[in-house]
Amino acid sequence: MTEMNIVEKIMARASGKKQVHPGDIIEAKIDKAMMNDITGPLAIEAFREMDGKKVWDKDRAIIVLDHLVPADSAQSANMHKILRDFAVEQDLKYFYDVGRGGVCHQMMMENHAKPGEMIVGADSHTCTYGAVGAFSTGIGSTDIAAVFVTGKLWFKIPKVINIVVKGKLNPPVAPKDLILYTIGQFKADGATYMGVRFAGEVIQNMSVDGRMTLCNMVVEMGAKNGIVEPDDKTAEYLKGRKLVPYEFVKGDADAEYDKTVEYNASKFEPMVACPPSVDNVKPISEIGKVEINQALLGSCTNGRLEDLRIAAGILKGKKVKKSVRALVIPASQDVYQAALREGLLETFVESGVLVCGPNCGPCYGGHLGLLAAGETCVSSTNRNFVGRMGSPKAMVYLASPATVAASAISGRITDPRHLEG
Amino acid sequence: MMMDIKGKVIKYGDSVNTDVIIPSKFLVLIDPKDLAKHAMEGIDPDFSEKVKDRKIIVAGRNFGSGSSREQAPVSLKYAGVQCVLAESFARIFYRNAINIGLPIVECDGISKKVDDGEELEVIPREGLIKNLTKETKLKANPIPDFLLEIMEKGLVEYMKERKVKK
Repeated sequence: MTEMNIVEKIMARASGKKQVHPGDIIEAKIDKAMMNDITGPLAIEAFREMDGKKVWDKDRAIIVLDHLVPADSAQSANMHKILRDFAVEQDLKYFYDVGRGGVCHQMMMENHAKPGEMIVGADSHTCTYGAVGAFSTGIGSTDIAAVFVTGKLWFKIPKVINIVVKGKLNPPVAPKDLILYTIGQFKADGATYMGVRFAGEVIQNMSVDGRMTLCNMVVEMGAKNGIVEPDDKTAEYLKGRKLVPYEFVKGDADAEYDKTVEYNASKFEPMVACPPSVDNVKPISEIGKVEINQALLGSCTNGRLEDLRIAAGILKGKKVKKSVRALVIPASQDVYQAALREGLLETFVESGVLVCGPNCGPCYGGHLGLLAAGETCVSSTNRNFVGRMGSPKAMVYLASPATVAASAISGRITDPRHLEG
Repeated sequence: MMMDIKGKVIKYGDSVNTDVIIPSKFLVLIDPKDLAKHAMEGIDPDFSEKVKDRKIIVAGRNFGSGSSREQAPVSLKYAGVQCVLAESFARIFYRNAINIGLPIVECDGISKKVDDGEELEVIPREGLIKNLTKETKLKANPIPDFLLEIMEKGLVEYMKERKVKK
C-alpha cells in the first residue's frame, strides 16, 4: 500500500476503496449535498427531468436561501418559492428560509460539515468545509440534481499541493492576507483541478474561522478543494457547534504531494487584490492612494464573529468617513445574534455603518449595495471581476476585515497598522 | 451520436469568467432562451450579433473560472454556440458544460493556432480539430469515454438510461 494524503484517504473511504491514486476516476457516496437559491431552481428542474421522485436522503439534502434574501423582486420570490415548495414536498429536514439561516457555507459549517465527510454544494465556495477536515467541492445544478437523486457522484482523484506556512501572522495581518498572498503566487489557474492542503505552525495556531477563510478562497486559484488536517482546534469547534459524533480522517505521515511550497508569514503585510482579478495581489504599501466610496464587510469569506470583532475593534469610537458608505453583513443568524450580544452591532451603528441581515449581499452583484460606474469598493469578499458588484465600470479591491474597517474611517484603502487618530 | 461540429470562430483571451459570461443580474431568468439573450454580455456587447454566423468559441486559459452558475454554459448553448475550445477550463464550468451537453474540448496551443473568423471542424470522439481555413489539424486533449457519453447525451438522459439498466 502507498501512503495516502488526507484527500485520497477521504475519497478512498467514500468510494469503498483501500487505495486510490491521482487521476483515478471514482464514484463516491456523498455525505451531504447543498443547493442555494441561485443554483437550486435549475437543479430542481433537472431533478424532475431525471425522473427523480424522492431525494436519496431527506436528512442530507440541504437547501439554503442566501443570494437573494429577502426576495428583492417577484422573480427572486419565485425562485424561493420553487425551493420552498420542493423542501415541503420532499419533507427535507434542513431548509434554511429567510431569517432562519444565512450564507449557505456558514450554514454548512455551523450545522453540518464534519471531518472526513464527502460534501458537495452547488456553489463554487463549497470548498470552505475543508476547514474542519472534510472534502468539499463546488458543482453545478445538473450535478447536484444527480446527487439529490442517487446520493453519488463521480470524481477524479486530484493531485494535492501542500502549502506549509511557518512563522507567525502578526495581527492585524490575518488569514485573508495569507490566502490573498497565496492566490497572488499561484495565479487564477495555478491549482486548477487540484487539492490544496494547508499545514504548518501558522495553520495550527489559526482558528477554524480563519481556516474557513483560507479554504473558501482556494477556488480563486482554480482548486477543487482546500483542506486542513483536523486537530484540537477542530475538536473544540465541533464540540461548540454540537457537531457530534465525528471521526477524524488524517493523511499518512509520508503521504506524497504534487508539490510542497513553504511561506514564512512573519514578515507579511496586509494584502490587497486589485481589480479586475483576484490574483492581481499587491502588498498594501504598493497600491498607492485609492479613494473608496464603499466599504463592505461580510460574505462566506469574512462575515464571521471573529471578522466582526476585528472590524468593531477598529471602528469603536470612530466614524465612517462622510464620503463612504459602510456595510456590515453578518454571515448567519447565529453570528448576527452573537455580535448583537457582544455589542458589536451597536458599535457599527454608532460609527455610521449600515448593518444588514445575514445573506450574500452585494458580493456577487445581486442586490443590497451595488456600485455605480466609476465607484470603488474595498471589500472583505472573494471576487473582484469586472461587473461583479454592479456596474462593469466600478472597481472592487479585496482585503481583510481590518483593512476594510480602517479604510471606511479614512476614506481610502488604508493599512490597519497605520490608521491615524 | 454527436453531431458534426463545424463553424466559424469567435475568439477570446484568458480567464473568461462566468460573471462576464452571464452577469449576476440575469440569474433570476429561468428560461434558457432569456439567458441566451445576455450571453457574454459582460465581456462582448457584440456577441449576439457575432454568434449568428459564428458558432465556435476559441479561448485561452481558464475559461469559465469563478462562480458555479450553470447558467453560464446554458446561455452559450442556447445562444447557438456549438462548441467551446480552450487551452484549459475551470473545473466546475467543465463539468457543467458536459452535463448540459455543450461540447467542450481542451487543446494545448489552440489560442495561437486559430484566428478569429476561421472555420473549424471538431470531432471530440477522435480528439481531432481541423482548421479548414488554414488546412491544418490539431490534437485535442483526450476525454474519457464515459464523459464523452455524458457530453453527447447530457447528464439528464445519461442518468435516465442508467436507471433503466439498473
